[in-house]
Amino acid sequence: MKDKTDIAVEIQAAVKRYGNFTALHRISLSIRDNEFFTLLGPSGCGKTTLLRLIAGFEDVSEGQIYLFGDEIDTLPPHKRSVNTVFQNYALFPHMSVLQNVAFGLEMQGKSLSKARKRAGEMLELVQLSQYANRKPAQMSGGQQQRVALARALAPQPKVLLLDEPLSALDLKLRKAMQLELKHIQRETGITFIFVTHDQEEALTMSDRIAVMSNGALQQLGAPRDIYEQPHNMFVADFIGDTNLLEVTVEAISDGDAKCRIDDSHALICPAVETVVVGARLHLSIRPERMILTEEANANQSFKGTVVENIFIGTDITTIVKLETGSQITVRTSNSDRGSKRIIDVGHDAFVNMEVGAARLLAD
Amino acid sequence: MASGNGTTGGSSTTDVYNKARHWLLMPSWAILGTFVLAPVCVMLIYSFLTKEFRGGVIWDFSLAAYDQFFFDRGLFGDGDPTLQWTYITIFWRSIWQAGLATVLALLIGFPTAYYIATRPENTRALWVFLITIPYWVNLLIRTVSMKFLLRDEGPLNDLLMSTGLVDDPLRIINTNLAVQLGLFYSYLPFMVLPIYASVERYNFTMSEAAADLYASKWNTLRRIVLPAVKPGVVAGCILVFVPSLGAFLAPDLLGGAKNFMIGSLIEEQFKGNAGNWPFGAAASMILLTLVMSVLLIIARPQRSAGAKI
Amino acid sequence: MNPTTDVKTYSGFRLATIFCMVILYAPLIVVTIYSFNASNSITVWKGLSFRWYVDVFIGPESTKFKQAAFNSFSIAFIAGTLATCIATAAATAIVRGGQYRLRTPSLGLITLPIMVPEIVLAVATLIFFNSIGFTRGYLTILIAHTAFCIPFAYLPIQARMQGIEDSFEHAAMDLYATRSQAFRRILLPLMLPGIISGFLLAFIVSLDDFIITNFVKGAGIETLPTAIFGSVKQGLKPNIMAISTMLLCLSIVMVTISYFISKWDKTK
Repeated sequence: MKDKTDIAVEIQAAVKRYGNFTALHRISLSIRDNEFFTLLGPSGCGKTTLLRLIAGFEDVSEGQIYLFGDEIDTLPPHKRSVNTVFQNYALFPHMSVLQNVAFGLEMQGKSLSKARKRAGEMLELVQLSQYANRKPAQMSGGQQQRVALARALAPQPKVLLLDEPLSALDLKLRKAMQLELKHIQRETGITFIFVTHDQEEALTMSDRIAVMSNGALQQLGAPRDIYEQPHNMFVADFIGDTNLLEVTVEAISDGDAKCRIDDSHALICPAVETVVVGARLHLSIRPERMILTEEANANQSFKGTVVENIFIGTDITTIVKLETGSQITVRTSNSDRGSKRIIDVGHDAFVNMEVGAARLLAD
Repeated sequence: MASGNGTTGGSSTTDVYNKARHWLLMPSWAILGTFVLAPVCVMLIYSFLTKEFRGGVIWDFSLAAYDQFFFDRGLFGDGDPTLQWTYITIFWRSIWQAGLATVLALLIGFPTAYYIATRPENTRALWVFLITIPYWVNLLIRTVSMKFLLRDEGPLNDLLMSTGLVDDPLRIINTNLAVQLGLFYSYLPFMVLPIYASVERYNFTMSEAAADLYASKWNTLRRIVLPAVKPGVVAGCILVFVPSLGAFLAPDLLGGAKNFMIGSLIEEQFKGNAGNWPFGAAASMILLTLVMSVLLIIARPQRSAGAKI
Repeated sequence: MNPTTDVKTYSGFRLATIFCMVILYAPLIVVTIYSFNASNSITVWKGLSFRWYVDVFIGPESTKFKQAAFNSFSIAFIAGTLATCIATAAATAIVRGGQYRLRTPSLGLITLPIMVPEIVLAVATLIFFNSIGFTRGYLTILIAHTAFCIPFAYLPIQARMQGIEDSFEHAAMDLYATRSQAFRRILLPLMLPGIISGFLLAFIVSLDDFIITNFVKGAGIETLPTAIFGSVKQGLKPNIMAISTMLLCLSIVMVTISYFISKWDKTK
């Protein structure tokens, strides 16, 4: 193990079972101090379960959880110095905003006046000082969200857990809160563990992301690595848009693999470690990594017919039916397009890509 | 919810009060175990004992109580057993009266509950309030009031005679009709309130959808509304039928001596020195068995519906 | 609303509702009116008077009724309070205690007194007290009332508790509250309306009870219902109507309190 103080939360082979159902399969993870860490995955992937194990609302069936080197998996929630921002906020409806924020401090044994003072400071941080005496029900969703954040931060937890805290907000407010959360995390220096099913949100906010599916860890890494070098089909498909092509690896040389799509089409792309000649694998090509032209290009290009043009503001998404029979989605930024005209539906087009654009997936 | 990964509900091992739960349940078990469950068991035992002539029992095993209920063995107890209809008739009359009261209460209670549930928000509270008041008023007082109203010289007959509808006072009191009316009136709020709770939760868009799909109003009611509010209807019927079956006040105050129901029969056995405790215990056991069977049969498929008062 | 486009309303239902209200209220209203009758006879109306109300308090039967009222109210208060405490504890264990083997049987036991016909419960209780040689009196009434009031207190409390998400308590414990602190500071205040409704219902049910009381009371002690019943058996008298009207008013007051408590929300 590395220097203990570096690691905020260490999860070792954690298993969680509900009767016959296994919600988490031997998860091991190290979350660094000061990090904005995101657990990302679709509904039911086990990310919330993992968060609840850390918070102490569920017991691990097997494995250990350490908080800054101390084992915490047998402690009740009130003895773990982690705090949670709940998905539905769970603000105490019978207490004022200030009482809510002061609650944790009071429970820690702080005097009422000290707790109130610190709670006031926290409300200042989230810019809600003027609402201190309101009841939660009198506040908007966005304001409740900030109260929940202030309440969880007030006792200065070592780690803050956030369970899809933005999912109830509308798009605009969500975008604003994403930046504010990131800002608060940097300012307080507290480790944030953030749970979300929204890949865009995860990419925007996180230092590192753990992608989960079916109770297992799929990939762990920085947002850019996960986006550009997905390890497997699940990650490639879940994070961003992608085109998946089934290929056979024909040859490997100089770190590049020649992948055959059909008799007349092949593609060169960087090989990954585990690839062997003859394997049937999938290729992932991001739509924005390809260029659409009317004439064949010197690079690798495939001929096809434009099936659909979809205007989505900043971009144009074009669906092209290739000669190989598969459909491919190409995205062109409207600013990049310059004077080039959109190729109309029904016309031939060539899809061009660089060697590095496609990525081989391990499974 | 976005992250429904099955962590809600009771499966969690750290439910808030899982450690204290047995302590928390102790007082209920102590009180209800001692003063409800144990007494029912003792009553079962008593029903198999021999009667003591001044009330009470002699601790000798005997089937006499049940025998007396079902069979007639002649004046001296040595004749051939023939079916004894006296008590069976009383039971049958009780079931019939209770069933009729339930049907009547349903026929009036359902439309009422439905009507109230479809009122605008502000007047609905007032209607519910009006239904709740009789529910909270002392049953004895309500029955006495009914007796006062129905008397031969009572206000109802005064009204009928002064309007010339009848020449002689209607003899309602001390008839089966009076008992019927009394039961219906006693337990009507018990029918309305659970049905109201169900109808209130009913999504009326479904009625619109049914109408959109060419259902007549009657068919909408029968095929869509009724199945949706069935838990409330079942709860209401149970809440009327069960207390009606064992009712004592309505038959006693309104029915007089001729219109005996189970409740009065049982009560007789424990009054003063004339009673027969084992027989009373046996009749109680038979009534209890009857009610529990009804509850099991009707309530079983409805268990999840949660019959609330 | 236009009757041809309104799929919600059924025309006959209004009539049924009016009939229902007439049936429910006619006897009560008639008795209330006649309780102000100046006449000695219950049949003849002789003008407005409060004489029967005065009679209840200083008349020949007043001592009996005052004693009965004291018994009724004290028993209802003590039994209601005990039943509410027991029911609150039980509801916490059943709603918040997770899944365990004793859960369903406990729920069954708690709701047993409303499943069993009252007359059967009365017989069983009488036989039980007799078999253990317990002298019938105030205490036997109190015990019996406490037992059968538990489900009536339990149901509103359980309903309220089920409406409170456990995330509130989780949040409290996440903020360093112990289990008992979470109970006292979070669950109990949120449950208060349910607990008060439960108490009021238990109180009124105890005050109402005739059958069980009649069986377990023993000689020489009366509650209001048994005293009224005894009096009615000897013929309807105007003073009974005055008592009835007062009890009717009490019920209305309690329903009103209960109504406002259910509306009362500390979150606003």
